[in-house]
Amino acid sequence: MENNILKKVDLIFDNTCDPLVVVDKVLAKSPDDVILDIIDSGLKGRGGAGFPTGLKWKFTRNEDGDTKYVICNADEGEPGTFKDREILDKVPEKIFSGMAIAGYAIGAKEGYIYLRGEYNFLLPMLNKKLEDFNRKIKAKNLDFIISIKSGSGAYICGEESALFESMEGKRGEPRNKPPYPTVSGYNSKPTSINNVETLVYALMICKLGPDKFKELGTKDSRGSKVFSVSGDTPNPGIYELELGMPLKEFVSEFGDGDTKAVQVGGASGHCVPRKHFNDTIIGFEGIPTGGSMMVFNSSRSMYNVLHDYLEFFTEESCGQCSPCRIGCQQLLKGIEAIKKGEKSPIYIEELKRLAATMKIASKCGLGQSVCNPFTSIVDNFREEIIY
Amino acid sequence: MGKYLVNLKINNIPVSVEEGTTILDAAKNLNFKIPTLCYHSDLSIAGNCRVCVVEVKGQRVLSAACATPVSEGMDVFTNSEKVRASRKNVVELLLSEHNADCTKCYKNGNCELQEMTSEYSVGNHIYLDLVKDKDKILDISSPSIVKDDSKCIRCQRCVRTCEELQAVSALAVVNKGDHQKISTFLNKPMHEVVCTNCGQCVNRCPTGALVEKNYIDEVWNAIYDPDKFVVVQTAPAVRAALGEGLGVELGQRVTGKMVAALKKLGFNKVLDTDFTADLTIMEEGTELLTRLKKALVDKESVALPMFTSCSPGWIKFVEHIFPEYLANLSTCKSPQQMFGALAKTYYADKINIKPEKMVSVSVMPCTAKKYECDRPEMRSSGYKDVDYVITTRELARMIKQAGIEFNKLESERYDSILGESTGAAVIFGATGGVMEAALRTAYEIVTGREVPFTNLDIKPVRGMEGIKEAAIKIKDTVPAWSFLEGVELKIAIASGLANAKKLVEAIRDGKATYHFVEIMACPGGCIGGGGQPIPTSAEIRKKRIEAIYEEDTNMTLRKSHDNPEVQEVYKEFLGSPLGHKSHDLLHTHYKPRKRY
Repeated sequence: MENNILKKVDLIFDNTCDPLVVVDKVLAKSPDDVILDIIDSGLKGRGGAGFPTGLKWKFTRNEDGDTKYVICNADEGEPGTFKDREILDKVPEKIFSGMAIAGYAIGAKEGYIYLRGEYNFLLPMLNKKLEDFNRKIKAKNLDFIISIKSGSGAYICGEESALFESMEGKRGEPRNKPPYPTVSGYNSKPTSINNVETLVYALMICKLGPDKFKELGTKDSRGSKVFSVSGDTPNPGIYELELGMPLKEFVSEFGDGDTKAVQVGGASGHCVPRKHFNDTIIGFEGIPTGGSMMVFNSSRSMYNVLHDYLEFFTEESCGQCSPCRIGCQQLLKGIEAIKKGEKSPIYIEELKRLAATMKIASKCGLGQSVCNPFTSIVDNFREEIIY
Repeated sequence: MGKYLVNLKINNIPVSVEEGTTILDAAKNLNFKIPTLCYHSDLSIAGNCRVCVVEVKGQRVLSAACATPVSEGMDVFTNSEKVRASRKNVVELLLSEHNADCTKCYKNGNCELQEMTSEYSVGNHIYLDLVKDKDKILDISSPSIVKDDSKCIRCQRCVRTCEELQAVSALAVVNKGDHQKISTFLNKPMHEVVCTNCGQCVNRCPTGALVEKNYIDEVWNAIYDPDKFVVVQTAPAVRAALGEGLGVELGQRVTGKMVAALKKLGFNKVLDTDFTADLTIMEEGTELLTRLKKALVDKESVALPMFTSCSPGWIKFVEHIFPEYLANLSTCKSPQQMFGALAKTYYADKINIKPEKMVSVSVMPCTAKKYECDRPEMRSSGYKDVDYVITTRELARMIKQAGIEFNKLESERYDSILGESTGAAVIFGATGGVMEAALRTAYEIVTGREVPFTNLDIKPVRGMEGIKEAAIKIKDTVPAWSFLEGVELKIAIASGLANAKKLVEAIRDGKATYHFVEIMACPGGCIGGGGQPIPTSAEIRKKRIEAIYEEDTNMTLRKSHDNPEVQEVYKEFLGSPLGHKSHDLLHTHYKPRKRY
């Protein structure tokens, strides 16, 4: 299909450059200049939350203390997201190099990759390449060493502070914030934690310069992004696309002609129905995403979709805070009760109020985001949910 | 280093507080009460119940007031529409996973969740009932503590208590999501795990998920049984706290009223654990001096430092965690069990009652005492030496059940014998008290003079710090104890098992050397015991300690060896401290236990 607006990009998987050459280029600069470049590029975190990467590095650098950490968040657990696996598999040296650059910029001597438990099959390969990489970095007289820690399969451990707890050998539960990781992260030391993809983009910005990166995307969403496309699409897979694209273009490229909704951002993201394809932008000015794009055609029951998501959250809530632990169960059992006629359809309004409370009263991003799929699906497919 | 002042507004009222203050505390300064559930002043901050959420202007989400430090220019609203709606929602959610059979609940009327429910008028349950297996999850295996998961709201106060204050971690969080719960190791019954029965979790549980196993009906039955002769003993710390649950001001001693109430309840004799506290000093003091003699004169290998053994939570802790230190524990039974052993032997004989007809009840600030009286070692009289242990809380309840207007009671005196005591005994209730009492007696035995402290108040051992240490130089000894001449007696005191653990580890690692160490399982000593009125806080425990020392100061006899009834029991029955009879009745042994 011809398409002029949807721009495919090849930065992340571009294998034509030696990432260590980029590291050399970076080492010739001052750490502050490196950070300024990243800030200038407008790069925002690619894990989903979208915090400006340069600022994160700057805050971590500005903290006192000799011990700081760079952590690569490779706990890719969002349903419908599988792009980090591919990056880890195809261009691991680029990730390592991005981490080394971050370490140089913030003044960290240690880096860790927190690898999703289910990705342990990548461990032998990663460790082998890492051994080689660490040796090469040492030869450059850069005091920075990377190691890998494995998760055990809990979704919540992708939440940065729960990830630190897990790394420290504790139960993976999110911490109270503040303090934020840049002040007190792993081992209570200043920590810059970045998504796999973000680190590779940082590397590429250092290679190409911020201006080249800024040529892509929009004012609010600079650059490109790797998307995991799944569902009712003839072309499922991983695509690097320019940010700021209209959802309509995405659907015309990836839909099967009968697309009724796209779940943008995974289970914790928003459901966009057909009527809003035209006015939805994929990016920080519209609907941000960690990369998951799930396409549903008219054969799908949105009740089942929502039910699946709620089941997932009910199981994957860490359970410590009441709005999330109990709220998820109430939402799940609530829609079941409505479906079975045990609760009147009006009860959906009660559940929406509950979701709104979860959004503002939960302790971490998990509980806060359950409202996104719930409200967007219920509002747009109300009759499918209650009848 | 001085702290910066931070300026903020709470509900539009400006306030300046020190940097690092939480919104919760800043609001207290302005007399705005923000409700809390998982927060407890003795524990670290969890921020997980989300009942204390407040709105901070400019923030996308609400903030937990207990966990959020103030910042300059903050604009906080503690009761905005968003806040109220969320808070009400959260309380409703908590109720939906809570087995809210309040009328049948032991904690009815003393439940923080119930109070909050009433404040927020959560009348009709809007949410679905999520309580699983209401009747199947009651753990009644422990003789001290009943765990009812159907009432648990997962605030994790118990988990933090067990870990932070007690270093036991018998309770921990397991599973996630809808399966998350508070569990023991491998979900074993409470009596099979490392739990010391201290009951500190019970003191801090905001609902009825953790309560003491109560023996109120058993005690009533004994009282009503015409064939039984029911004697009751009361521990030192009970008198400093019983009033709290009966409308008396915090920190008021109620000794006389308590005795009067017990008589009205129908106990045949009202006696005092303080008597056997004095006796403990005679035995334990002699044991310490004997150990020192063996070490210094006979050059025998003997376990030093000697640890006190009054606290059954501490005993079980050593058995589980430091079994290599069992020999260091004094072989003295606790005052409760010394009392029990004497009651059904010496005392039964004296008052001409057959021991099999006697029911021995004890009122304790403690839940571990319920476990202690069940130990197989505690049957020296040929019977169960102490039949039932009730806590301060259970006694308060019995007094209410009997319709006694506690506040209006005239003071009465303990029955004699086994009712006389000294100031040295009553201070057993506070951390450092056993040490102080022992020093008053031991120093005098060794030197023939009173301890060289103004008015017998050994100030270095007093106070609320978790670990205290002191040294007393022994000079001008009487001839029999001349081997102690010039010896500097080194002592240490710890309360709360986390502090105890630190202290034992320091001793084990050679970082500290002592002769005598007093340890109480509960923070602040028995006045902070797991059977004391709820709530508890450092401030409350301080008031109770003050009450204890006030009672000591007001007593004519303040040294255990001066207790005439103690002197008499030695003359008539026991012979001498550490003598044959004492050995049989007043001393015991311990056994190593696994950690899991």
